[in-house]
Amino acid sequence: MIKHSSVDVVCGFEQLRKPTLKPKERKRYRKKIYEVLEDRDTTIIMDDDDPLEQRMVLNMGPQHPATHGVLRVVLELDGEHVTKAVPELGYLHRAMEKLAENKSYHEFMPYTDRLDYMSPYSNNTALCLAVEKLAGIEVPERATYIRTIACELARISSHLLSIGALVMDTGAISVFLWTFEERERLYDIFDLMTGARFTISHCRVGGVASDFSKDCVQAIVSWLKAFKPKIEEWRKLLDRNRIFIERLESVGVISAEDALQIGFSGPNLRASGVDVDLRRDEPYMAYSDFEFEVPILENGDSYARYLIRMQEMEQSIRIIEQALRNLPKGDVRTDDAKRAFPWKDEIYHSMEGLIHDFMMTDTGIELPKGEIYHAIEAPKGELGFYIQSDGKGMPWRLKIRSPSFCNLQALSKLCEGSMIADVVIIIGSIDPVMGEADK
Amino acid sequence: MNFNQIVTTLTSGFSEAILSTDEFRDELTFMVKPQFIKDVCLCLKDDLGFDLCSDICGADRFTDDDRFEVVYNLFNTGEKIRIRLKVRVDESDPHVPSVVSVWESANWYERETYDMYGVVFEGHPDLRRIYMPEDFEYYPLRKEFPLIGIPGSIPLPEIEKAAQQKDAGEAYNNQERI
Repeated sequence: MIKHSSVDVVCGFEQLRKPTLKPKERKRYRKKIYEVLEDRDTTIIMDDDDPLEQRMVLNMGPQHPATHGVLRVVLELDGEHVTKAVPELGYLHRAMEKLAENKSYHEFMPYTDRLDYMSPYSNNTALCLAVEKLAGIEVPERATYIRTIACELARISSHLLSIGALVMDTGAISVFLWTFEERERLYDIFDLMTGARFTISHCRVGGVASDFSKDCVQAIVSWLKAFKPKIEEWRKLLDRNRIFIERLESVGVISAEDALQIGFSGPNLRASGVDVDLRRDEPYMAYSDFEFEVPILENGDSYARYLIRMQEMEQSIRIIEQALRNLPKGDVRTDDAKRAFPWKDEIYHSMEGLIHDFMMTDTGIELPKGEIYHAIEAPKGELGFYIQSDGKGMPWRLKIRSPSFCNLQALSKLCEGSMIADVVIIIGSIDPVMGEADK
Repeated sequence: MNFNQIVTTLTSGFSEAILSTDEFRDELTFMVKPQFIKDVCLCLKDDLGFDLCSDICGADRFTDDDRFEVVYNLFNTGEKIRIRLKVRVDESDPHVPSVVSVWESANWYERETYDMYGVVFEGHPDLRRIYMPEDFEYYPLRKEFPLIGIPGSIPLPEIEKAAQQKDAGEAYNNQERI
């Protein structure tokens, strides 16, 4: 354990002490691990008196297609059985929270796109809702509806990837191609809605950046119409497919108590039989206006985790349809110059608008002192933002409670005792995104 | 169950441990003495049903006394209530009892807090760094750590000389094959 480094004064400036380890020493320090890993194709034989080489340590990842990113899992194997699995994180650590402390809330918005990059809209809204809760900003109804629709589209997009990748992990390529075709169409819709396909940053504190266009609403409606029969088709193919079921059933089983203990959330928790859905339990945005069911399954295995995502997509379609039918008229951003950006027309045609825009960009929003935690039901689970504000335009401390990080913690529990081929299925079924897990 | 019940249960059961309670934006926060945090958490989990530990994180207050703060965000999945516990420790002795025995999920949260702030959780089964490399000598989320980082603190991969040669690719292509 390295002791806390003291502060030196250099040329009148306080700065942290230089690192004690020289690069050469550091290399020697790490050399042993490197050598062992490089020598034998990342495989370490554990016992010398094990002539059949039954027990070994295997490094899965960080560059492995089945780990959905740069997850590294160190597996201890006895033959083909996993006796111990230790996930290692940090290969995609980008210091999001440190960056957040040095940026205004709007400046931090594009960074949230890169958290769970399968559903950027959910992350944008999570940040905005947290800031709005802290500042006490009321959002116009139309804006909340637009956010709700976009969040549900993001949920479908994320679940499509999750299901496609899971089915590909089991060895079937075609479903992956079909789901990606649909995701491509969703990207086109997001392009119409926000002006960007992938990292959209469309939310603003106090509303959204732009209203729906007529084309966009039409595109969503026609896409929904085409998408519904496709889900049925996929479910016909997969739900009772014997090969698929035999590969997934009773793989990576976790009970409801264990799932709560280990910090599961979202679809993974509901697959174990715990009835928690923040959309219904702590209604944020416009969810209290809609009728939808929360699918709950009891088994807690990989198949249940697959099935619950399929059922959630159907519920998301219901929510989007209701929201489009009842889409209210009005503004899409709160009309308060201290709290929200002005419209572009105001900036170009009035001096006050220009000043407001400049002040918003330069100093940020005026927030009270205090701390809040706000969580939303993101596609992967509970995505929470804990913000400590000292009354300035930048957060004093911003903590991201990312669902993938918490779900991944269960990996060692799920993998122990299973076969090595099932590790791929388990990772696929808990659906981690490393951009979010590593922050 | 509402906030008043939680407040009365905790303040009557742990009159020494609870330093203050605070309500802001419909969120309840308890300030707890560090040595009692495990008992308070056990009581919250077993008697009041806070079965999901949403998050544990650290914060650097950058003050002379009680510099570091550990924040526990808890969720009651039965009654859908959230509360927050806070613990403050001094820089000279940043030790907090671990709550891994109460919620297993605290394992990685505490590791992350240790990695970012250097708060040591006593009784943690596996207190290693989680994001930064093992031989990293600083705690990056402390306020004195510069945003730009410290040169030489993370070794970069060495550049191979062979890869720097301009015509390396051509030489490779012109190699004689077996």
